Amino acid sequence: MRLLTHNMLSSNIKGVANGFPLRIEVEKVVEKKVDLNADFLRNIFPKIEWKAFAEAARTLGYAELPEDADSSFLDSDDFLDKFHHALLELHLEEGALICPETGRRFPVNKGIPNMLLHEDEV
Amino acid sequence: MKLKQLEGLLGELQQFSNPKELEQYPTGPHIASRMLFTAENSFEDVSNKVVADFGCGCGTLGAAAALLGAEHVMGIDIDSQSLELASLNAEDLELDINFIQSDIKNLGWRGQIVDTVVMNPPFGTRKKGADMDFLCVALKVASQAVYSLHKTSTRDHIKRVALRDLNASSAEVLCELRFDVPQLYKFHKKKEVDIAVDLWRFVPKGNQGKGTEHHLKSGTS
Repeated sequence: MRLLTHNMLSSNIKGVANGFPLRIEVEKVVEKKVDLNADFLRNIFPKIEWKAFAEAARTLGYAELPEDADSSFLDSDDFLDKFHHALLELHLEEGALICPETGRRFPVNKGIPNMLLHEDEV
Repeated sequence: MKLKQLEGLLGELQQFSNPKELEQYPTGPHIASRMLFTAENSFEDVSNKVVADFGCGCGTLGAAAALLGAEHVMGIDIDSQSLELASLNAEDLELDINFIQSDIKNLGWRGQIVDTVVMNPPFGTRKKGADMDFLCVALKVASQAVYSLHKTSTRDHIKRVALRDLNASSAEVLCELRFDVPQLYKFHKKKEVDIAVDLWRFVPKGNQGKGTEHHLKSGTS
């Protein structure tokens, strides 16, 4: 599961006011290289919740992203490389996503998060 | 990539052998390739985009999106066995697809990051309304377009509900296809049944994107 996916998911448990971002419990991280697509990065940048993204990257062991970023950073190749790497090349293979309000664990196995809710959570 | 090439690659994927109560009819390579090829060549809704395959099953639509250059593809399904199969299929084609196990209705999404949703939702035969549930969520999540297959017999109903209740600014049938449903279930009486399905393109409101000037001739598959 890429961090791009993590930046889109929130806990939808009944009663939770804000289920984003899900905290991450790491057991195994895998790196898979893909080609950098600068246009894609520039288009997606404004849609990313940056603080959550940088924090998630740190949790996966990558601390190179700045705490804050604005679109002027996109002119820097160095920034694009780091953005690309954290967004698309780091994968949480094993671990869990945790609802920030209830602490409920959604396990991640073989890169697939299980977000199925129990009957009383719907 | 040419259409025939795409269809050939998708033909190598493993399909369901043991479907359960969820109305899991695999989207064959013929329909999947045409669906995504149209989405990309007529509307540019695939390459460099974030694409989500709702009810991905063994992952055919998501795989097609990845093969046509989608930058990030997610496949969502409720069933573990399907997801296992979908993972193997993605691996076979050396595609990176992010799978998520979830009930479509209960998944929490943040933001407007998904560009395009592609899906072959349950027809709503076994569990009434399942097709509309999927469409409802798709139109909330997609920021550019939703491509979906629905029985031709439901055409008027779908158009009405999509425009009136589900936040669609447009709802167009791109073409009519024939979907072979083999006798997978005990409740099927005939050996094989041909169902007429419409390939729809919906555009959610609040999007200023491409209109629907392009139409395919209807035909049989």
